[in-house]
Amino acid sequence: MLLSESFRVKVGLAEMLKGGVIMDVTNAEQAEIAEKCGACAVMALERVPSDIRRDGGVARMAPISKIREIMATVSIPVMAKARIGHFMEARILESLEVDFIDESEVLTPADEEHHIAKRDFKVPFVCGARNLGEALRRIAEGAAMIRTKGEAGSGNIVEAVRHIRTIVKEMRQLTVLGHEELVHEAKKLQAPLELVEYCAKHGRLPVPNFSAGGIATPADAALVMQLGAEAVFVGSGIFKSGDPELRARAIVMAATYYNNPAKLLEASDKLGIGMAGLEISKIAEGELMQTRGW
Amino acid sequence: MATVGILALQGDFAAHVAAVESAGATACEVRTAAQLFAVDALIIPGGESTTMLKLLEMENLTEAIQAFGASKPIFGTCAGAILLAKEVINPAQFSFNLVDIGVERNGYGRQLDSTIAKLYGSDLAGPLAGSELEAVFIRAPIIRRVGPNVKVIASYKGLPVLVEEGRHMVATFHPELSTHNPVHKLFIERLN
Repeated sequence: MLLSESFRVKVGLAEMLKGGVIMDVTNAEQAEIAEKCGACAVMALERVPSDIRRDGGVARMAPISKIREIMATVSIPVMAKARIGHFMEARILESLEVDFIDESEVLTPADEEHHIAKRDFKVPFVCGARNLGEALRRIAEGAAMIRTKGEAGSGNIVEAVRHIRTIVKEMRQLTVLGHEELVHEAKKLQAPLELVEYCAKHGRLPVPNFSAGGIATPADAALVMQLGAEAVFVGSGIFKSGDPELRARAIVMAATYYNNPAKLLEASDKLGIGMAGLEISKIAEGELMQTRGW
Repeated sequence: MATVGILALQGDFAAHVAAVESAGATACEVRTAAQLFAVDALIIPGGESTTMLKLLEMENLTEAIQAFGASKPIFGTCAGAILLAKEVINPAQFSFNLVDIGVERNGYGRQLDSTIAKLYGSDLAGPLAGSELEAVFIRAPIIRRVGPNVKVIASYKGLPVLVEEGRHMVATFHPELSTHNPVHKLFIERLN
């Protein structure tokens, strides 16, 4: 599967987004700002995660007219979110010719047992993961990019840090195991042996590994990239801040210069007010987004 | 051994580092003007050209790259091809004007039009004549015009996809994403 041409073409676009910032946008005006500030792609959705959290209700795929408007406005790739397991939302987005689909826990799940069979699609998918087993199950289903789930709309980086650290640590541990031990690990991870062996051999996922869920500042972006993320998604962090343009530019700069504290200082200076954050322990368990998906 | 810098602002620069090393040269990531002037040649990778332009501007790298290109070789792939061109359409945007070509961004369409093609026979000329080449196109640009001094090395469906002019080289596809990749070797050979 990893070597098939259709999968390589999907992963190819994910490769092009490395070192960049993918920004959540809800309309053409925000998409234009995101592109102007250096976003490498935009994610079209109906409401940003912090609004979904505040207002509740069922969160679905964005209205087609909005996505169309965003696609007509920017020249960078346009992604859109579909509900977990909602393969018909995904088929509609594929017909619309979006460049990437996020099968996302931020929306209300449509299926509590099955994710979308993503190999059957021509459009590439990204999926969230909290640990290596979850990441590899999504890749086995056909995901061409993995991102940490973090806790979307919280403005709190702690969950994204936990998830990227967990995924990286679990991969490192595989690299020292013998073959019979990898068979056992595959069983524990509930993931195909072929993918477990790939991680053991290369020390990384067979697809790009990005971070999402709680990134609100340039420092947050640099932190997850230091921990092994290859690019970042910023949801509520930009358009829920006091000055979206300033913050968007600053986070774009941080994703490139994540290894250069002097540049990060420059990016962090004069940022305006950040989005309000949530302490994870104050979020009721039933309202956590990261526990959606299986 | 020649050192090839890879512009590492955004995009698949890591894949280029690996491709340069397997072609037998030293690779290093370039994010500042100081790093640029320490290398013998530069590769501008695939990624989003609008993002790269924004970062080039923030870092005052635009003039540095133009000056570098006046005496040293630059190889641009995909987004890099767009940045090296003389003119860009769909939409029009700034470019370095180092290679006399006109480029249309996202010329084939969106991601669903991305593809892997096998080039052979009359597709290949010059140093690649008689060989076979895999070309990975990802939301690729199309070269719509080539100047009189531009040599076409590879074409796909009759349109140029790998060209050179003087010391510079341009590919609209991603040789760095193919396991068997003679293109980086071609670029590195000119440094010896």
